[in-house]
Amino acid sequence: MARIEAEVGKPQGGFIKWIDDRFPFTATMKYHVTEYYAAKNFNIWYVFGVLAFVVLFMQLFTGIFLTMNYKPSAAEAFASVEYIMRDVEWGWLIRYLHSTGASFFFIIVYLHMFRAMLYGSYKKPRELIWVIGMLIFLVLMAEAFAGYLLPWGQMSYWGAQVIISLFGAIPWVGDALVEIIRGDYSISDITLNRFFALHVIALPLALIGLVFVHIVALHEVGSNNPDGIEIKKNKGPDGVPLDGIAFHPYHTSKDLVAIIIFLMIFSSVVFFAPDMGGYFLEHANFEPANLTATPEHIAPVWYFTPFYAILRAVPDKLWGFILFGLSVMLPLFLPWLDRSRVKSIRYRGWIYKSALSIFVVTFLVLGWLGTMPADPMYVLAARIFAVIYFAFFILMPYYTVIDKTKPVPERVVYHG
Amino acid sequence: MTEDDLDRNRRHFLTVATAVTGVAGAGLAAVPFISSLKPSARAQALGAPVEVSIASMQPGEMLRVLWRGKLVFVLRRTEEMLARMTENTDQLRDPDSTEVDQQPEYAVNDTRSVRSEYLVVEGSCTHLGCAPLEDFDVRPAEGWGGGFFCPCHGSKFDLAGRVFKGVPAPTNLRVPPHRFVRDDLILIGQDSGAA
Repeated sequence: MARIEAEVGKPQGGFIKWIDDRFPFTATMKYHVTEYYAAKNFNIWYVFGVLAFVVLFMQLFTGIFLTMNYKPSAAEAFASVEYIMRDVEWGWLIRYLHSTGASFFFIIVYLHMFRAMLYGSYKKPRELIWVIGMLIFLVLMAEAFAGYLLPWGQMSYWGAQVIISLFGAIPWVGDALVEIIRGDYSISDITLNRFFALHVIALPLALIGLVFVHIVALHEVGSNNPDGIEIKKNKGPDGVPLDGIAFHPYHTSKDLVAIIIFLMIFSSVVFFAPDMGGYFLEHANFEPANLTATPEHIAPVWYFTPFYAILRAVPDKLWGFILFGLSVMLPLFLPWLDRSRVKSIRYRGWIYKSALSIFVVTFLVLGWLGTMPADPMYVLAARIFAVIYFAFFILMPYYTVIDKTKPVPERVVYHG
Repeated sequence: MTEDDLDRNRRHFLTVATAVTGVAGAGLAAVPFISSLKPSARAQALGAPVEVSIASMQPGEMLRVLWRGKLVFVLRRTEEMLARMTENTDQLRDPDSTEVDQQPEYAVNDTRSVRSEYLVVEGSCTHLGCAPLEDFDVRPAEGWGGGFFCPCHGSKFDLAGRVFKGVPAPTNLRVPPHRFVRDDLILIGQDSGAA
């Protein structure tokens, strides 16, 4: 008697069924995780998306803890960062995780973007994933820039001064725009306060939203692979792509290895070289902001330097701003600039292979030049490499068409 | 009501009218938010003019003062400096101060000043806003007659804040509005009305 009563009161199908009747839990898990099929032939280039996700989470997590002790005011900001470093228990670790995380975020995002260029991941039908990804990159740049002002060091202040002044180059509205960005006649307590708001609320929210949309778009069309083949074209009788394998548990367990190796590299930097010789944390920033003296040598943090080198290479203020903006925005158009019939570098000809190699070297050299003082020799070199940088994109519709491609196989190829 | 009874024109008009009203409303609602980003009343008050006493300044001496958080140089030029300024005008981009935004009308002259002895310029490079360094030594070998040098991107200015040719800064250093309240007192940030 008692047993029957218990069964009447019990929901049929258990707790998960109860949830599923009210929220598509199982369906979502299947669609995005356990029955999301990605190609079997993924290589190391395919771990950076997951790693970017890990770093994003880490930045949000450490950021919340930093906010608990940081004071966004010109009078207190520098001292509050020192307070975190010296007086808050483990504060130094939380701050170094956050500052090192910023640099690693860019390393990972640059490698993630390079992967797309290697295997044509931006090509049809994945144009929108790439465009959303570029928006993520832009928001990330804004997020990093806003965050760099917060410690209120010399480089925070003068770096912001230089970058905000850039917008003053825009004809007619420039000066008014600069005043609205700063909220004052110069970079001040007011500017710091609003950059804090952008850094901890507005931009992270935008970032999370864009990452969500990025993944939804990816799961709609499916991941690309090193062969640039659409695995959905070859499905088994069960409707599962023959070259695909479920994201969980297969890709997740492989990604776990990548995450562990990444954390080993990451923590060795956090513990042994958090300033990375002045590249991750610039030495001038260990001095509080001084409104009356610019540091001898101004350079942005390394992840902005390729674009900064292009800005400096132009002897005109307005054109410098235009070409700087263009150098950041041009990759957005890759899906339409690249007219090749094949996606993957494996089946492209020597022309694209050479062009991409030259582009990588150009990007690295520009990055190095951006950290150097503006001596005439360096400026000349920056001009030459800036021309190569733009040529890679502008000439792409021509050289990708004349490039001789190899036939693409029906199924993915394994190497080793 | 069947499909045939629908007045499509009326429905279309209502849709467009609603959308236009909504957009206009959103536009108006954006005004307070964008306005809140402009310099506040306090920022404007703190941006009030500053008085600089020049009573104890020696010839060749320079003061650095902050007005609206911006660095302003006040330089008392020597007779010799003033004489030197006329030498290299052909190397300057805008020797006659024709760029109207860069100085008030009363500073459009050979020395870019109200009283030729005193130069008042913003210490903010017109390229990207770094603070130029003073370099008043004369080095004839380099063709340098003294002036200001920006450490960020190498822009050069003469002793009247006039920009040299072939440097990234596009214009002369800006002369802020200022006036002499007394012989020994300059008011920076205001050039008319009662002090």
